Parts: sequence; C-alpha cells; structure tokens
Amino acid sequence: MTATIQSPRSGKPSSGKPSSGKIQPKYRRTGGSKGNFEMLAWLFMRLSGVVLVVLIFGHLTVNLLVGEGIHAIDFGFVAGKWADPFWQFWDLAMLWLAMLHGTNGVRTIINDYAEKDATRLWLKIVLYAATTVIIILGTLVIFTFNPCPVANGVQLPGGFCPAP
Amino acid sequence: MPTKPAGTLYRGREGMWSWVGHRITGVVIFFFLLVHVLDTSLVRVSPEAYTAVIGAYKNPLMALGETGLVAAIVFHAFNGLRIIAVDFWKKGAKYQRQMLWTVLGLWVVVMVGFSIRHLSLALGGH
Repeated sequence: MTATIQSPRSGKPSSGKPSSGKIQPKYRRTGGSKGNFEMLAWLFMRLSGVVLVVLIFGHLTVNLLVGEGIHAIDFGFVAGKWADPFWQFWDLAMLWLAMLHGTNGVRTIINDYAEKDATRLWLKIVLYAATTVIIILGTLVIFTFNPCPVANGVQLPGGFCPAP
Repeated sequence: MPTKPAGTLYRGREGMWSWVGHRITGVVIFFFLLVHVLDTSLVRVSPEAYTAVIGAYKNPLMALGETGLVAAIVFHAFNGLRIIAVDFWKKGAKYQRQMLWTVLGLWVVVMVGFSIRHLSLALGGH
C-alpha cells in the first residue's frame, strides 16, 4: 500500500511532476503582518556594517593611534573634535548606526535563544528601552555640548572658555 | 544505511565557528558601546568628571582590555565583510572558507600593528 504525501511547498497535491512553483500562503516567508521587515533588517545589517567599518576604523585611528594616542584624550580633546561639524556628524552617524546594528544583532540572538514568548518579549522590551535611552542621550550630548560649561554662574574648571 | 551528512557548508567547521565568533564579538562590542556612550556623556556633566572617568581607561590593565576590544572589533569588521561577500558575491559561498582564513590573516596583521602602537603608547612612560 502506498500513501501520497503532499509536497509541502506546492499548492497542488504531488503528482510526480515538478512543482508548479506556487507556494501556499502559510509557507510564504514574506507577507502577513510583519511585511518584509526581516529582509530590510538583513539588508540594513550589511549596509550599516560597511559604513561602520569605515567610521569605527577612522575613530580608532584618530583617537588611539595618532599622536600621543590614548594619553591625549581628555575634555579638551572632545571639545576640539566637536568644535568641528565634521566630527559631530561622524560621531552622530557612528552612534545611530552602531546602536541600531547592535540592537538588531542582539534582537536576533534573543529570538534564537529565548524560547518562552514572555522571556523574549521582556528581553526585547529591556533592549529597546536601553537603545532608545542611549541614542537620545548620545544625540543630545553631541548637539548640546558646551566647551565652556558654567554652573550657577561660575565657570567649571577644565573648560575652554574664550578670553573675556 | 544512513551516513553522516557530508559536505555541509557550515556545520562544525570554519563556517560555524566564524558564526560563533561573530556572535560573541558582536555582543561584547554592543555592551561596550552602551558603556562608552555613557562615559562620553560625562562631558555634559563637567570637564573634571569626564577627565576623571576617562583616566580609568589609561591604566595598564585597561590597555589590555582595549586591545582585546579592538581585537573583537577588527574580527567582527573583517568577518562582516566576508559575510557580505558570501551573500552578494556569486562565488562567495564557494570560497567562504578561504575568505575566513584571509580574514584571520588580516586580523593577525592588523592586531600585531595595533598592539605594538597602542601598548607602547599606553604602557610607555607618560
């Protein structure tokens, strides 16, 4: 006795002929409520990855390898960089791309290893909350940075204040 | 008689271990990134607060930590470019193994150069 097993990916029962190529809706990878979000996330990882290689290698070279390297890094070093819109934009792009790239990577890892729905949900809530806070904080810091900070009308020591 | 699956591209070999390495380095870099944005944000608190915290990055133990972090970043960067080549280059999957050894070779070269420069600066007399 033989049983006919339906080919899982074809819309028609198996007839020995090659599949028509029609895919049953429940086996489609796109469509449904998620749209093609996962494909866009996959593409974003590759595009942002290429840009991040340039941004981060540049960041490491300028901050660690040039001149006195790490010894040169202090408040004045940051002030000097962010006086230039070029480095403001560089660091802003690095912040956003790295955070979104990293968040999507950790999201993938959570989806892979957290098996309970509730665990996955909570881990992702924590992840997205941390990401939101860090991106907003970092963006505000880059754009509201003051090389000559003043507290209660008194200039803080270590600032770069213009001569009166 | 069933035989073990032979010739699979990824299981238990270079492909799988590079994937494991990519995950681990990715997570390490992500958690450092969270801390690094927070420590840099101290420039908005006061110049002294920032300079004090950044001073913590300048001791010898941290110099080794920074070298490890850069090692993770450089591997993740080069292996990421390899993944892009596997996905988009017609012969990418065929040559994924050779590309991994290229990644590791470049990684060694870059890390030898970086370590000499960074450790001599960080551990040198300053």
